[in-house]
Amino acid sequence: MARKITIEPVTRVEGHGKVTIHLDDNGRVVESRFHVVEFRGFERFVQGRPYWEIPVLVQRLCGICPVSHHLAGAKAMDIIVGVSPEKLPPTAEKIRRLMHYGQMLQSHALHFFHLASPDLLFGFDADPAVRNIIGVAKFHKEIAIRGVILRKFGQEIIKATAGKKIHGTGAIPGGVNKSLTPEERDYFLKSPDPYNIDKMIEWAQEAIDIFKKIHKENKDLLDNFANFPSNHLSLVRKDGALDFYHGVLRAVDAEGRKILNDVDYQDYLEYIGEEVRPWSYMKFPYLKKLGKEKGWYRVGPIARLNTCDYIPSPRAQKEFEEYKAYTDGKPNNMTLHSHWARLIELLHAAEVIKELLHDKDIIGDKLVRKGKKRKEGVGLIEAPRGTLFHHYRINDDDQVVMANLIVSTTNNNEAFNQAVNWVAQKFISEKPEITEGMLNRVEVAIRAYDPCLSCATHALGQMPLEVDLYDSKGNLLDRKRK
Amino acid sequence: MPDKIKFTIDGKECLAEPGQTIYEAARANGVYIPVLCHYEGLKPVGSCRICSVRVNGRWMASCTQPVTEGMVIENAVPEVEEFRKAIIEMLLVEGNHFCPTCEKSGNCELQALAYRYQIMVPQFPYLFPKREIEAFPGFLLEHNRCIQCQRCVRAIQTRDGQKIFTMKNRSKDVRVNVDRKLAAKMSEDQIQKAMDICPVGAILKKEVGFRLPIGKRKYDHRPIGSEIEEKK
Repeated sequence: MARKITIEPVTRVEGHGKVTIHLDDNGRVVESRFHVVEFRGFERFVQGRPYWEIPVLVQRLCGICPVSHHLAGAKAMDIIVGVSPEKLPPTAEKIRRLMHYGQMLQSHALHFFHLASPDLLFGFDADPAVRNIIGVAKFHKEIAIRGVILRKFGQEIIKATAGKKIHGTGAIPGGVNKSLTPEERDYFLKSPDPYNIDKMIEWAQEAIDIFKKIHKENKDLLDNFANFPSNHLSLVRKDGALDFYHGVLRAVDAEGRKILNDVDYQDYLEYIGEEVRPWSYMKFPYLKKLGKEKGWYRVGPIARLNTCDYIPSPRAQKEFEEYKAYTDGKPNNMTLHSHWARLIELLHAAEVIKELLHDKDIIGDKLVRKGKKRKEGVGLIEAPRGTLFHHYRINDDDQVVMANLIVSTTNNNEAFNQAVNWVAQKFISEKPEITEGMLNRVEVAIRAYDPCLSCATHALGQMPLEVDLYDSKGNLLDRKRK
Repeated sequence: MPDKIKFTIDGKECLAEPGQTIYEAARANGVYIPVLCHYEGLKPVGSCRICSVRVNGRWMASCTQPVTEGMVIENAVPEVEEFRKAIIEMLLVEGNHFCPTCEKSGNCELQALAYRYQIMVPQFPYLFPKREIEAFPGFLLEHNRCIQCQRCVRAIQTRDGQKIFTMKNRSKDVRVNVDRKLAAKMSEDQIQKAMDICPVGAILKKEVGFRLPIGKRKYDHRPIGSEIEEKK
């Protein structure tokens, strides 16, 4: 008898989503979908608000990486006040970078140590009662503590630059409202272990070593699990270097050929389209050049390391070279390698933070610049989860009249569906019984992308998972909740 | 020189200058009485009633009532404080006050009072009124946040004494009204003064929001009123 499996809610991800898997009479997977079932509507209710409120307002989309929305909004507002991102006062640009790389540090640490490590340390089939952060704290205490402290360090950087750890006000149109005091700077450079940047770099390096050890022991699984070809998109610095804060848009295909060649993101609408499908609140973006069918792409750590030419910090570059060598320089399409890529980025973020802390500009006092006002602006940033698009138009009274947001998780929408389908075909198709381990594999595939579903639909909630099993006539046969 | 006036606030013996209001005299004696519609240097109107005290058992607005000899004033007593708390809560539910994204946050007197009175959730249902933002050449008027205190009405005038801000309508529909022609001629300083004098985030000078970082705002470190109480 045909069935439909529903996994609702999906756990250990940010936001609320569910998975449905449709089986035919022989138990073969016919279709699987990742649904995002939250709705918030930020794009609508920012209309009418004064433009200078945008960076502070839109960051409320998220409590995990609000800095991304804060900065993407601020970058769009820079354009509105007539200051291109390259023309910000150096202090403003570097304080924003510090804020952003601090966020990368905390968000990547959160994902690896708190969300993903239970699967990697205990295995996909381990008892769910142990396979969680409490289990990590109990059986791998040192790893759990490092996760907490790395995250705290990133949050303190955000507080020093934005005024608050979550939902600060640091970035304003055309600049920032504060720089660092020498005392604030020295706290990060000179505090006793472990609360200094050198220790964070050391731990970030060792986190990569943890992954590499797990990889060595589970090569088959980590290399082959949800390994499928795709296009990849991200910002890169103008010279092709990895850059989380600013750059040009680049996309490569599964073979590494450039399909979007370092274009100005102010023109993103020429290159990116968004498709609506009736069963999800999350849209499906695609590269217009390749069309809806073939133009979908991945964003995030794995995509960034596929698009960039090199990483501009020595330790991370060394790790990057090893990572690239593993795929002979070709794009890496292995879903679970996103953990590897994320940790290399974690190390890079820590290295950049150190570099910025030693830069005199971060204690400077020229904070804001103003130019000739414009009516429209686009702000892009590489958020922890991938490329984030913010686009606004204002009226003569300085009020926002149009907002379009394409968040990182939305960019990965098709990738989630591909990953879920891969797992369903491989582990659920034609199996007589559904086990918890099977369902967790579906979640592992989604979790690898570190999705933030609240952001993606501009939504609010916690992230449980439910799997429904339907027959071919659409009758609900079985439901498993987590 | 006339003799000073003796009175008590919550049992504390105080002295007042002749002609001082209860609010002014309390302040001079290091006793904080909250105000919203009142502002130093403006003629008091006694409209918000948050400065209400009990004088010899009767309710009075301390910003308009002069002190007289022998007054026994109840200020920081549970019944009076509960009354004030209810007023703050009514103001919060009557408008649309979303502090997280308001540029006045940290400098807002209504927000500071809500913190001082430890209001977590108002006891009244939110009304979510449908109100607009009006745009003028140098500023925006955010009606969602206006508490009709009339500070701007009293403080902001043209050189020849014409009012730029007035009140219109009656009862629950009462609103601040702006003379568009006069508003168009307002100087930067006048707009800044209007924004500063507004106890909430209703008057927004264009393009300057969020310039003051968190930590440097008026109520980031100390509750409203503490500067008066420290003079005790």
